[in-house]
Amino acid sequence: MGFVRKYIFSTDHKVIGIQYIVTAIIMAFAGGGLAGLIRLQLSNPDGAIVSPETYLSLVTMHGTIMVFFVVSLGLVSGLGNFLIPLHVGARDMAYPLLNMLSYWTVVPACILMLLSFLAEGGAAAAGWTMYPPLSAVADSVPGSGMGTTLWLLSMALFIVSFTMGSLNFVATILNMRAPGLSMMRLPIVLWTYFISSILGLLSFPALTAAAIMLLFDRHLGTSFFLPAGMVFADHVLPNQGGTPLLFQHLFWFLGHPEVYVLVLPAIGVAFDVVATFTRRPPLGYRTTVYSLLLIAFLSMIVWAHHMFVTGMDPRVGKYFSVATVLITAPFGVLGVNLLLSLWKARMRFTVPMMFALGLISAIGAGGLGGLYLGTQTSDVYFHETYFVVGHFHLMIGTVTLLGTFAALYYWFPKMFGRHMSTALGKIHFWVTYPGMVAIFIMMHYQGLGGMLRRSYDPSVYDYNTPNLVLRLPITVIAFVVLAAQLVFVWNFFKSSIWGEKAPANPWDSASIEWQAASPPPHGNWGEAIPAVHRWPYDYRLPGASEEYLPQTTERA
Amino acid sequence: MSETGAPQAGKHRAGKTPLLLAIAFVALAILVAFGFVVRRWQPLLASDHGAGVDEIISYLLLTTGVVFLVGHFVLGWCVWRFREGNGEANQTTFERPSKRVEWAWAAMPLILFVGVSEFGVVILGAPVWEKIYGDAPKDALHIEVVGKQFEWIVRYPGKDSKFGKVAPEYVNDADNPIGLDEDDADAQDDIVLRGEMHVPQGRPVVVSLRSHDVLHSFAITHFRVKQDLIPGFTSRAQFRTIRSGKFEIACAELCGLGHYKMRGFIHVEPEAQFKTWLDQQVGYFQ
Repeated sequence: MGFVRKYIFSTDHKVIGIQYIVTAIIMAFAGGGLAGLIRLQLSNPDGAIVSPETYLSLVTMHGTIMVFFVVSLGLVSGLGNFLIPLHVGARDMAYPLLNMLSYWTVVPACILMLLSFLAEGGAAAAGWTMYPPLSAVADSVPGSGMGTTLWLLSMALFIVSFTMGSLNFVATILNMRAPGLSMMRLPIVLWTYFISSILGLLSFPALTAAAIMLLFDRHLGTSFFLPAGMVFADHVLPNQGGTPLLFQHLFWFLGHPEVYVLVLPAIGVAFDVVATFTRRPPLGYRTTVYSLLLIAFLSMIVWAHHMFVTGMDPRVGKYFSVATVLITAPFGVLGVNLLLSLWKARMRFTVPMMFALGLISAIGAGGLGGLYLGTQTSDVYFHETYFVVGHFHLMIGTVTLLGTFAALYYWFPKMFGRHMSTALGKIHFWVTYPGMVAIFIMMHYQGLGGMLRRSYDPSVYDYNTPNLVLRLPITVIAFVVLAAQLVFVWNFFKSSIWGEKAPANPWDSASIEWQAASPPPHGNWGEAIPAVHRWPYDYRLPGASEEYLPQTTERA
Repeated sequence: MSETGAPQAGKHRAGKTPLLLAIAFVALAILVAFGFVVRRWQPLLASDHGAGVDEIISYLLLTTGVVFLVGHFVLGWCVWRFREGNGEANQTTFERPSKRVEWAWAAMPLILFVGVSEFGVVILGAPVWEKIYGDAPKDALHIEVVGKQFEWIVRYPGKDSKFGKVAPEYVNDADNPIGLDEDDADAQDDIVLRGEMHVPQGRPVVVSLRSHDVLHSFAITHFRVKQDLIPGFTSRAQFRTIRSGKFEIACAELCGLGHYKMRGFIHVEPEAQFKTWLDQQVGYFQ
């Protein structure tokens, strides 16, 4: 096999997984840089760092890139690709060629997204939610010209790629499991990837439809989202018959499940990392799996809690509120199971374990904050404030990133046959976990103070005066946290070449992927597919001869 | 532990990490809770239904606060207590809890969270929701607010208490910002103001909200009022003020470049003062 087939247009899931992860790291430089610019503008009351139009592009592109091109690519597509075949004892994905295609579809999506900064009028500026009419009418904001067209095309490509990937994940988990590996013997992390892939398949088409309809409204004169009587610059638009609310429904029909598409795998990673380093199985394997299924189901029927104040029928609002806050119940089960999995542990404080513990804390903070927004009446106050910004940054920013880091430090030896540096990893943790939690909790305080998001200059409003006190501390901590990510990136690339050599199973894990060589050869398993005889959590089993029994150990 | 962290069997000295982590989790939880308890951030309450909104926020702060603190104390304690090398706390074998115990640990959070969250939505929330979206009181003052990039246009029906006809064709930013129909009799005495509104204190107010360009959201933080304006659709906000003063109206839905400065004012005055003010206003085509 030549270099190109082996490392560039590869069909090997491990190579593709690492390609996704590296792509996500590259996109994270863009997303993180935008975050830095946003913070600079917000904490510089006396002078403009950027113009208002640039500011709107910054928040729009930061959100889009981070949600879709960093967390989705890194945590879901990247780690999912690397882990799933190894975890099910397969040689590769169910459809290796489709897998390659899905990666090479997302590359042009990334390029288009970044190119939109160069478009006339700047990058898309209607917010990552891309609500029309702002995103549909070019006259309404400068970024709604070519920048938004590129944004929509990029998202359409992204969804095509993500759909192919999810399909591959589901097919692989259902059909490619090694002999003896029943669904109820899967590690919890694989359940989360399985459920999140199904959620993705069910919900993403709604956004594809919305993106295409929006393109039609913008370029072909249709009126899916545009009602009659819209006036721009004293000129009445010819559209009639549409409604902007349709877009919001379609967007959140995807947007809400998407949160779980991202958060569930991070939680799954935590369960498995915690099991290895506590030397005990997680509390409540079955109740965890049932809770995950319940969360997935509920996440599909609560989307309009993002729209409580749009003026929809108050009875509908009440339904969506009742259903939304029900999610706290299965989420509470996950939280308790994760927390009490630490009970009677023999805890080993490796870097991945530290990140997993930080993740448990962040789920507490982020998950409970969701209750304030799911409850319809308190949401009237918190809607569109920094409380929302702080909340979703805790869930789909902090929880997902802590999960991604835990996973990368944990499976790095399997990827490269080497260890990442522990010293650098600890520095990374001690800045990232407390730093991110501090930043986003302070945003909750600002939200409690009524400070509205997407505002170029919050000091315009007198009532914001107490909230402004927190601007500078947030910015300072944000820059420290951003700098610490450079330590991680350095550690990642440096260790992949010069890291200390790791044995095949450096963490003494019972889970099957550690039975492969590190890094696993093409085809993963040598001559024979391993046979599985037990679940992945047999640690400190009473009466067993070893401290842990790998999944391939036959039952006595 | 070696520099690169490869665990060697039987040599797991935890060092200072568990203690630091335990302290970090507990300290962080206390600090977070403290910031919410201080709660000096929240602007003064100035509306009747707002008291209900604040009550629910207090309820959630209390309940989630307790769960958050207890969770973090347990987390900190486990990390410290069950670190490897802590003598008796680390048993060499681990007995799995029975199915019953596992289901019991699932049932507890299920019942707790369904109870806590639905109590907030249904018992505490529904009456407040009714105040926000229920039928308008009969004695309510009706006002129309039109959102446009990037200002609030306020209209009172004038002496005839009837809003005149409007049409998008008549919209002219310079001298007819909401497109009043000059030939309509009802429109003659309509009062149109830019960026300012006046309401009498204590009287229910119903605001009809329209937009003829993009989405906006009519937000008065002190009143706990927030209502989107959707082009093609008239939405409604209602409130009853409980104190006089001048409060800021903000736009809460991204509406373009000037979104951040789409600011208006609402003056809450005693009934008599409001009447005097209203009498001084001149109809739009008069």
